Amino acid sequence: MNESIVKTIGVAFAVCLICSLVVSASAVSLRDLQKENKLNDKRIKILQVADIYDPNISIAEQFSELESKFIDFNTGLMMDEYNNFSIDDYDQIVVTKDPNLSSKVPTSEDIAIIKNRENVGKIYILRDEMGTIDKLVLPIRGYGLWGTLYGYISIEDDFNTVSGIEFYDHKETPGLGAEVDNPKWKAQWKGKKIYKDNKVNLAVIKGKVEAGDYESSYKIDGLSGATITSRGVTNMVAYWFGESGYSSLLRELDYES
Amino acid sequence: MNLKKYQDVIVKPLIDENPITLQILGICSALAVTNNLSVTMVMCVAVISVISFSNLFISLIRNYITSSIRIIVQMTIIASLVIVVDELLKAYDYETSKKLSVFVGLIITNCIVMGRAEAFAMKEKPLLSFLDGLGNGLGYSLILIAVATIRELFGAGTLFGYEILPLISNGGWYMGNNLLLLPPSSFIIIGLFIWLIRSLKSDQIEEDDFFVSKHSTSPDLSKREINV
Repeated sequence: MNESIVKTIGVAFAVCLICSLVVSASAVSLRDLQKENKLNDKRIKILQVADIYDPNISIAEQFSELESKFIDFNTGLMMDEYNNFSIDDYDQIVVTKDPNLSSKVPTSEDIAIIKNRENVGKIYILRDEMGTIDKLVLPIRGYGLWGTLYGYISIEDDFNTVSGIEFYDHKETPGLGAEVDNPKWKAQWKGKKIYKDNKVNLAVIKGKVEAGDYESSYKIDGLSGATITSRGVTNMVAYWFGESGYSSLLRELDYES
Repeated sequence: MNLKKYQDVIVKPLIDENPITLQILGICSALAVTNNLSVTMVMCVAVISVISFSNLFISLIRNYITSSIRIIVQMTIIASLVIVVDELLKAYDYETSKKLSVFVGLIITNCIVMGRAEAFAMKEKPLLSFLDGLGNGLGYSLILIAVATIRELFGAGTLFGYEILPLISNGGWYMGNNLLLLPPSSFIIIGLFIWLIRSLKSDQIEEDDFFVSKHSTSPDLSKREINV
């Protein structure tokens, strides 16, 4: 009797029903909290890279000090409006899945292996009291060893000097490639120069930067045991500050100032 | 209804019947999540709660589960619990859940959970099953925490992220062992634990599956062949 088909189906149905109720209830009730966590995590990185993060002040309040702008990669111009997107909700990573809003990067140019680049990105501007640009926070991404590294890099008002770098998502090996999160390693980026004779020259080298190297302002210590991650970061910088990235924007801003 | 029985199901899986070192179950996650102690702790809590509650729920409905679909019913319950744990982590401990990434989801495939459901919860009463899950979860955690302590301390020079052995890369004197930061090192460490435990508790040593026969022609014992 215990093995009857009716009972089997009944038990299966009941178990499925109860389990799906539990799962959906937990997913729905926790969704808002999860969304907020994700957003805050990204915002903290942006604030950290702009060097204005203070854990004692609410993130939303601090974040309002930054001005968000759209940037058209084809023209290099900043825009306040783009289609009907609200700038706060615009996600350039999501957009790369839409062929109308992104373009495929030709393999020969795709050094950072990003595959699809959004047509319009989103950047953050920190202004001083006078209203002139103090820092720019630019999103960057590129392939490391195990997956894509997503991060932000901030630029000083000469549009050539790095102020900081942060990664908010990556899959690199803890202790090796994941040392991109090491505060000591990140601290080296401050003050490094990106362009030399209008070409991206900044690179993560193999080994340590020698004292007295006349090009040391273009070099970052390699991550030991993580050559491929280091190369990935170099390529990422080369791509995003190259012609298909932010170079025309930075040139334009530099010219204006 | 003797207390000893309840005590046994919690204490025995710690060393005597440890799911990892005796039953060699749940090795995969032991490799993946043990390079950082705080992440390991969260993983342990997640696994303990999944095993305990899956045992409890499966035991509660054990008389209604028909044997033809018992595995899939157990799987459904385990998977639902894992999803709930994953959602909770994402909501309340986002930092750690980011580091654990897919490994929380992979608790579903942890052989210990399924093994306890099938071997224990299908036969025993709910409370006893719950405690059995708790015991096995703790046994799993014990090994994981031991492995993670070794890996984090000697691999990265830190414990719970706090610096214990200052690394050369941070201006200290300790050269981190990079091998310990990679998953295969857990295999070696777990292997050493198994060796240690079996040397101390010789009743855990398994009999050989085959016996080594003497060579029929040459008496040279150093060149024996295995005759399976």
